[in-house]
Amino acid sequence: MTKRITIDPITRLEGHGKIEIFLDDAGEVENAYLQIPELRGFEKFCEGRPVEELPRITPRICGVCPGAHHMASTKALDAVYHVEPPPAAKKLRELFYCAHYVHSHIAHFYALAAPDFVLGPSSPPAERNILGVVAKVGLQIGGEVIKHRAYAQDIQNLIGGKATHPVCGLPGGMSRAISDDERKGIVEKARSCVEFANFSLKLFEDVVLKNKEYVEVIKSPAYALETNYLGMVDKDNAVNFYDGLLRAVDPRGAEIAKFPAAQYLDYIGEHVEPWTYLKFPFLKKLGWQGLSGGATSGVYRVGPLGRLNVAERMATPGAQAAYEKMFDTLGGRPCHATLAFHWARLVELLYAAERLLALASDPAVADPNVRTLPQATPDEGVGCVEAPRGTLFHHYKTDAAGMVTAVNLIVATVQNNAGMCLSVKGAAQGLIHDGKVDQGLLNMVEMAFRAYDPCFGCATHSLPGQMPLEVSIFDARGKLCQRVVRA
Amino acid sequence: MTTPETFEPKIVGFLCNWCTYAGADLAGVSRLKYPPNVLPVRVMCSGRVEPELVLKAFWEGADGVLISGCHPGDCHYIEGNYKTLRRKELLDRLLEQFGIEKERLRLTWVSASEGDLWARVVTETVEAVRRLGPLGRTRDRLQSCDGILAADLPAGGCCHGEHPAAEGGGTGGR
Amino acid sequence: MAPVAAKPKLALYWAASCGGCEVAVLDTNEKILDIAAHFDIVLWPVATDHKYAGVKALDDGEIDVCLFNGAIRNSEQREMAEVLRKKSKVLVAFGSCACFGGIPGLANLFAREAILERVFDTTPSTQNPEKTRPQTRWAAPEGELELPTFYNAVYRLDDIVPVDYYLPGCAPPPSLVLKAVTAIISGQLPPPGSVLAPEKALCASCPRTKEEKKIKGFNRVHLVAADPKKCFLEQGIICCGPATRDGCEARCIAANMPCRGCFGPAPEVIDQGAKLLGAIATLVDSNDPAEIRRALAGVADPAGTFYRFGVPSSLLRVARCAAPGAPGKEAMAK
Repeated sequence: MTKRITIDPITRLEGHGKIEIFLDDAGEVENAYLQIPELRGFEKFCEGRPVEELPRITPRICGVCPGAHHMASTKALDAVYHVEPPPAAKKLRELFYCAHYVHSHIAHFYALAAPDFVLGPSSPPAERNILGVVAKVGLQIGGEVIKHRAYAQDIQNLIGGKATHPVCGLPGGMSRAISDDERKGIVEKARSCVEFANFSLKLFEDVVLKNKEYVEVIKSPAYALETNYLGMVDKDNAVNFYDGLLRAVDPRGAEIAKFPAAQYLDYIGEHVEPWTYLKFPFLKKLGWQGLSGGATSGVYRVGPLGRLNVAERMATPGAQAAYEKMFDTLGGRPCHATLAFHWARLVELLYAAERLLALASDPAVADPNVRTLPQATPDEGVGCVEAPRGTLFHHYKTDAAGMVTAVNLIVATVQNNAGMCLSVKGAAQGLIHDGKVDQGLLNMVEMAFRAYDPCFGCATHSLPGQMPLEVSIFDARGKLCQRVVRA
Repeated sequence: MTTPETFEPKIVGFLCNWCTYAGADLAGVSRLKYPPNVLPVRVMCSGRVEPELVLKAFWEGADGVLISGCHPGDCHYIEGNYKTLRRKELLDRLLEQFGIEKERLRLTWVSASEGDLWARVVTETVEAVRRLGPLGRTRDRLQSCDGILAADLPAGGCCHGEHPAAEGGGTGGR
Repeated sequence: MAPVAAKPKLALYWAASCGGCEVAVLDTNEKILDIAAHFDIVLWPVATDHKYAGVKALDDGEIDVCLFNGAIRNSEQREMAEVLRKKSKVLVAFGSCACFGGIPGLANLFAREAILERVFDTTPSTQNPEKTRPQTRWAAPEGELELPTFYNAVYRLDDIVPVDYYLPGCAPPPSLVLKAVTAIISGQLPPPGSVLAPEKALCASCPRTKEEKKIKGFNRVHLVAADPKKCFLEQGIICCGPATRDGCEARCIAANMPCRGCFGPAPEVIDQGAKLLGAIATLVDSNDPAEIRRALAGVADPAGTFYRFGVPSSLLRVARCAAPGAPGKEAMAK
């Protein structure tokens, strides 16, 4: 006799998804399914488009990380046209991209993560949102959150035309350069962002790390998942969001692969299941062994914790210190505690801000030469960046006129699909016993996927209101066994 | 049920006042026999036929559209028919991308004295479209996709002035 | 103590969307606090924990305003469009996807099967020898799982339910969002059916110099260095400004890239793509058919350029291959 719990829709993340939890006769969780019902078909409807338009079409995959798609797409165009952008263009792209990270990581941490940590995983739902956070930490801080995400959006608006769906990327460069005055304006904002990132790490320390209960939750087996990890690193094996080689490590942190993005097909495959529209990438070396973790499974994870697990250092001093502190506290690298994604995200926020400041402080970023016009006949190319949520691949094929004939996309969050499914199942199994559920437990199950910041970072704000949730538990004959209402 | 033998194409014809329309009149006065499938719409110049009109004809269920004007160089308004020529070039490609055979859209030049040419043009056009088969109304095509369209579907664009609460057509649309 | 008047109820929902419209609301920055204070939010999946059951339990018309973004691509989105229409006094199509179909609308140039085949079969990284496809109903060992139906076509919001207002843009800029919300709060909305954006084409506010538009050929934007001060069309670079509604503050233009029409058709225009096609054709400075053909061959991808954000809004709506049971298809096929 199987009992069933449905959470629909899951909330405070990417739009659509639901969780189905099945209990066995003893009231223990037999299995849990995270189903994604969305599909739009970018990999098909980009065919027949002029390839130079793809950096303006593909950002519509995600309106919170459009900058990531824009950058991956632009780099793919460089490859398709075999053209090298001038140094100033690369600096300017990376400058734009660091600002993008600042926006995205602030948005996720303060709206998605902060409520569960600052107020507590099982706190009353009516308070468990950004206003509850602001009430606890103060209106002044709320203003700082808004201000710094706005700085990041302003910088992207300046360089890219629009922060949401930028337009500046071209094969071989950027559509316009910035002036030295504009550069100086960015320096000021970047400085403030570094301070704010440090503040955010301190907030995390004060509110989360100094709270023994929270630390226990972070370290608890319900949220532990051993997997392989993938991320982009520079030549010193430091995290780099914009360019570098891809490195995969196993659950013990040993390197199992290192490759340029152009060879991704030799390393990554995608598996299909009939109960979700989202595919399951896996490492080909290990093969798809089913939905399971461990060193022999092809399942791997990406994103902030993935990147920090893969990398041996951070490229900027403040972030390096934060990185060391995180792993010291959590028992070494790699760390498999899924909730540590939130901490890793703040370490990356600091890195992005420091890198933003470093790039903006270099007058060369305002050099007027930001275009190399393509000369070669276009054919095929791969563009890869680390999106805030994980590694992002854009792979394009064109005809000789530059019209798209084929597109393959491996978008960050899809690579965490298996991880999220396993985390949700693990949390459900660890928390639900004897068939008993309550609102706090259900939220704690949702926290298992929220840590990944799946596909869609949230807004700077969640807003209060009534948050009713009704959970009905039916037996196999369809008879109602239990109903829990979260008013 | 429509079969190749019984399908009668519906073709909307845009005929320029100075040349083709007069030529069509001549065909009539000369009692030339030709298929009656073209619904003639008299326009002052083939250049009046903007792309929207062609697509509207297809929307309403035309199986084909025929635009006919003065021979190049003879346009009463000097350049109007050259505009038509340029538009046709792009319209053909657009229609192809939507899977509509470009033979359903025809552009010809028929002068006021060419009554028999008109008869031939119409005959050829009707036969060509008959071979291609019916196209159907665009709305029906969309409805056949999933069967979920609202009953009072507006024509196109947004703000159609057909909103139930709007008086006299809302603002900015028709 | 006197009873506090109930706040008007606000719902924000996303269908086949990217989330950029949610970010647009938040890019109103500190003003979002005023908005939050004024309303009682009853649905906003990205930000709050309201579930579907709660919204379905509301009375009809109990929601004062619903901002609905995203196109309609599957059965769950259609269902929510119908539910929210019933429960809302005012329904706003928010953003280009809800207004016109948006970028997801490009899928209307392809058959559903072609999309599924690409995603789940022929993409080079996909390893699916069993040809597994997502199922609307599937028997897991523990119980039956359901997924919504993926439709054959992409629809605008007003293809499915009547819409009261349209706020275009991909995404709508914060200035227009604020203006719309202020109008809602102060009860000063224009007549129903209105577009909450200026009544002009983009060219009216574009800062570039405009002289004479006669060109011999077209240049794709990545193969030339565009002059940042001159009208794009005069440089032979396709810009959709002439048939696109104003209101975006010309931000793409400022970044030295041409308009791609995300604000939808200019006022009085029924079919944005057809208007653009006419405008682009007119530019060619030649009366010689061969020269005209050569010049216009430089227009890459008419459908995807002229209808970038509005295939589901065109008078053609959907490519014939996408319509499985379309009248006329069966007649002549022998």
